[in-house]
Amino acid sequence: MQEPAIQNGAADRAATEAAGAVSAQNPVAEAIIRAEGIEKYYAQPSENRIQVISATDLSIVPGEILALLGPSGSGKSTMLRMLTGLSRPSAGQVYWHGKPIAEAEINVSIVFQSFALFPWLTVLQNVEAPLQARGVEPEERRTRSMKMIDTVGLDGFEGAYPKELSGGMRQRVGFARALVVEPEVLFMDEPFSALDVLTAENLRSELLELWSKKTMPTKAVFLVTHNIEEAVLLADRIVVLGRNPGHIRTDFRVQLPQPRERKSEGFTQLVDYIYKVLTRPDVSPDEAPDHQHPTPRVRDQRQMKYQMLPHARPGGVAGLLELLLDKGGRDDIYRLAEDLAFEIDDLLPIVDAAQVLGFLTVEEGDAAITPTGTEFANSEILRQKELFRDAAVKGVLLLRQIRRALETKSDHTVPEEFFLDLLDEQFSEEETQKQMETAIAWGRYAEIFDFDAGRRRFVLPDAQEEAVAPAEEAP
Amino acid sequence: MKLQYGFARSLVPARTWPFFIDVGVAACGLAVFFTIVKTGVYWLGKPVPVVPISSSIRVLPLYASYSIVRMVLAYMLSLVFAVTYGYIAAYNARLEPWMVAVLDILQSIPVLSFLPPVVLAMVSLIPGHQLGIEMGVIFLIFTGQVWNLAFSFYTSLKTIPREMVEASRIYRYSAWQRFWQLELPFSTIGLVWNSIVSVAGGWFALIFCETFTMGNRNFQLPGLGSYIQEATYSGDVRALVAGIGAVVLIVVATDQLVWRPLIAWSDKFKFEQVESADRVKSPILELLRKSTLFSTVPGRLAGQIEEPIYRRLSRTRECRVVQPLDAGRPAKNSPGYWALIAAVTVAVVWAAAQAIYMLSSITWPDLKLLLEGAAATFLRVNAALLISAAWTVPVGVAIGLNPRLARVVQPLAQILASVPATAFFPVLLIALVRLGGGLGIGSIALMLLGTQWYILFNVIAGAMSIPSDLREVASLYRFTRWQRWTRLILPGIFPYLITGMVTASGGAWNASVMAEYSHVKDRTLEVIGLGAQIDAATDSGRFSMLLLATIFISLMVVTMNRLVWRRLYRLAETRFKLEG
Repeated sequence: MQEPAIQNGAADRAATEAAGAVSAQNPVAEAIIRAEGIEKYYAQPSENRIQVISATDLSIVPGEILALLGPSGSGKSTMLRMLTGLSRPSAGQVYWHGKPIAEAEINVSIVFQSFALFPWLTVLQNVEAPLQARGVEPEERRTRSMKMIDTVGLDGFEGAYPKELSGGMRQRVGFARALVVEPEVLFMDEPFSALDVLTAENLRSELLELWSKKTMPTKAVFLVTHNIEEAVLLADRIVVLGRNPGHIRTDFRVQLPQPRERKSEGFTQLVDYIYKVLTRPDVSPDEAPDHQHPTPRVRDQRQMKYQMLPHARPGGVAGLLELLLDKGGRDDIYRLAEDLAFEIDDLLPIVDAAQVLGFLTVEEGDAAITPTGTEFANSEILRQKELFRDAAVKGVLLLRQIRRALETKSDHTVPEEFFLDLLDEQFSEEETQKQMETAIAWGRYAEIFDFDAGRRRFVLPDAQEEAVAPAEEAP
Repeated sequence: MKLQYGFARSLVPARTWPFFIDVGVAACGLAVFFTIVKTGVYWLGKPVPVVPISSSIRVLPLYASYSIVRMVLAYMLSLVFAVTYGYIAAYNARLEPWMVAVLDILQSIPVLSFLPPVVLAMVSLIPGHQLGIEMGVIFLIFTGQVWNLAFSFYTSLKTIPREMVEASRIYRYSAWQRFWQLELPFSTIGLVWNSIVSVAGGWFALIFCETFTMGNRNFQLPGLGSYIQEATYSGDVRALVAGIGAVVLIVVATDQLVWRPLIAWSDKFKFEQVESADRVKSPILELLRKSTLFSTVPGRLAGQIEEPIYRRLSRTRECRVVQPLDAGRPAKNSPGYWALIAAVTVAVVWAAAQAIYMLSSITWPDLKLLLEGAAATFLRVNAALLISAAWTVPVGVAIGLNPRLARVVQPLAQILASVPATAFFPVLLIALVRLGGGLGIGSIALMLLGTQWYILFNVIAGAMSIPSDLREVASLYRFTRWQRWTRLILPGIFPYLITGMVTASGGAWNASVMAEYSHVKDRTLEVIGLGAQIDAATDSGRFSMLLLATIFISLMVVTMNRLVWRRLYRLAETRFKLEG
């Protein structure tokens, strides 16, 4: 197999060069959709604002499949919605063929993760509905829809209701509905992530076939995904987003010829490279690997800024560390994910959590267990809790604050609301809830506090119990 | 049984609006009251024709059809209004908190206390005709039915999955297409279930409203309610049996011919990914589906009407440009807008002040009387609730834990709940008078008749929903009877019990207005109570008393709801929810 651009393990360099080339070889005029300095933030009552996406430029040009990759919370979906005109950027502007998107008659479609089919309409009616909105006559509507239903391989099912179909077939209906309007850009928001592995694989290759044979009139495809392999399989260009707030970390062209082989060297190198970018949020991907901060995260004590707690369960962290220990204490994150059959979105929070707690470090896309991590993995449950408690109180500001507040107050209880208000300053409402849930899960596990869910209050655990726990120390 | 849409008359919104909106809503209420009374007073003294009510069985079908027409009109009116109201509330960010607060208050206060002023106002608008009373009664049923429908539609609109809304935007649906293909279908199930509750409540009020006495004036409308009353007072047992039989027949027929087919049909609007195994079956619907006429003609007709609309709409801006979902900042308010706001505020404040000024004629003895009445009614309502709960919980649990029995009893209880208790009230009264019992017991009995069924079949549903593995655990570990009840059954049925009690409490308050004061032939029966005082005040034309009594009753109901029921409801939703 020929891999012209990426050879001899030069994935990093090639990708970096390619990224540079993108902006040069695609003049602005050509772009179908062009975003200039678009931002998204939510104003808070207290003059603070929650920045979801920082100022970003991005263009969608004809003839390419663009994949947008990023961890959860990096604003992938928000980006898609701003580019389609569904969501207004807080600042900046999106242009459709040079015209502001709010005034342009744009022609795009979205394939949704949840399919978003109308369950009370038949397959045919679902596909016809967008044409109806465009005032297409009934006969033409029917012929075009039937043709599209044939194209996606659903002939014979036009009278069925979505709930009678399997997930894969439902997403085919989603594709038929998206393609029937002959969109210039086809947007896809994690279209395969609600499907099982085989169905997803099948649909992916069919999509590629439609695309490469020009069966669909679409000029560009914009794919949002958290599945790295999916991106590398399909995309001509990959944009990786980072989070807090969302920003473009790298933007490069994939030079591998289609059809792509998962096992080929170029493929795995590229996947490895993206993993490396994703697992080191504080390192600029183009930088040389030497000059970086020695500690994974620097806490900014002056601003009392809360770090984003990764939403992982303590049990998950313990499981990961034990697996890592079995593998000799160090392994490629990519391979770990493969062994566990985890998606990156499932694994990364656990890795992050272990990192926050100082149980492992990430270097060059490898996870390496630390001495505390080794001790944690080898200990029995009570000792584990103790180690977790020490690490969590040291590494997590929120938990430290809750503990301190409980110790200071005479009745040793504090309402949850108090901390929600503090978090609220920095996170969106939804994220605040999630942060609190994770903090409560960690705190309960480590016995940093008890949480009375009925009264929504934190309570200091009994002093007696605490005295017992360290007595049964692990060997 | 699917009771996720339960038989709850009051739905419980999370209170997100600030307090001043409550005050504003109360002011609007006062203003409306004042206007209605003012219009009503104009008319006082003018004659209104009293329609003689026949008790011959031959007129029964005619009377029944009168009642049905009233019901249908009121329901149609409610549905249209509810959909409009819900739609505006859901999409107008500025009006939303106000409209939801209004919904929340109006769905909980007993509308029947407004009967006298409403009828007066309507009659004054169309003087000298029966039409005024007709409209008053229809309007009243409407006000009793509309709020839970509106609230159901509003919540449905608010809970449409985001990606569905986005799909409708990206494919550039017009508001018209969105309404028919997304919003209305998505809300159908909620609307159907709430319609059942609304119509049952409507019958309850209608039967009562058809014979409505104020002082020595009778406002009578030919209908089932007046027929039954007439039959009772003239001692015509045959006519009485026939009348009550007709009511039951109508209720059962509605259940079989309208609600069951509707429920079965609305199954296709269920928002689920997998087809569920158990669903309501309706032979009537099967028949309709098989008929070629029914399956083709409506579709074609709709097509004829729809196509030109879609063609025209596709040329509008809405269908050419993708509309963003976050509509950005609201436009700057024009001076005209502020002037309008100011004018409305002034008018409302003025009218509310006038209404309050009316209260200045209230003397201390009056106030004392009203307070006593409030206490008496409060006790009566809660006594009725306690009695209902006391017998329905053990019976309901026994039925619910026996699936075979439940399958038979559940639909029966559902029908019983929709038979309007007011139909039996005249009989009950006569019996009480004969036996020498007082109206005090009678009014509690009426409240019981009207409300216990809600609790009963909510408890049945709750007992049925207790997972069998939990029950097996209980027998495995040999729970004592006491443990079974406190650890398993009561927590298991708690959410359902609360739903039933909330609904029953609303119904009981409503019933208190008609239960505490009654005319039997020439005698006036009354017990001390707010309901009686409302009626008596109307009789004597003392609108200040009427107003204050209505304020009391509303305050009590709203306070009870907020302080007791809503908290219990939250508790039920969080702590006692059995998650599958």
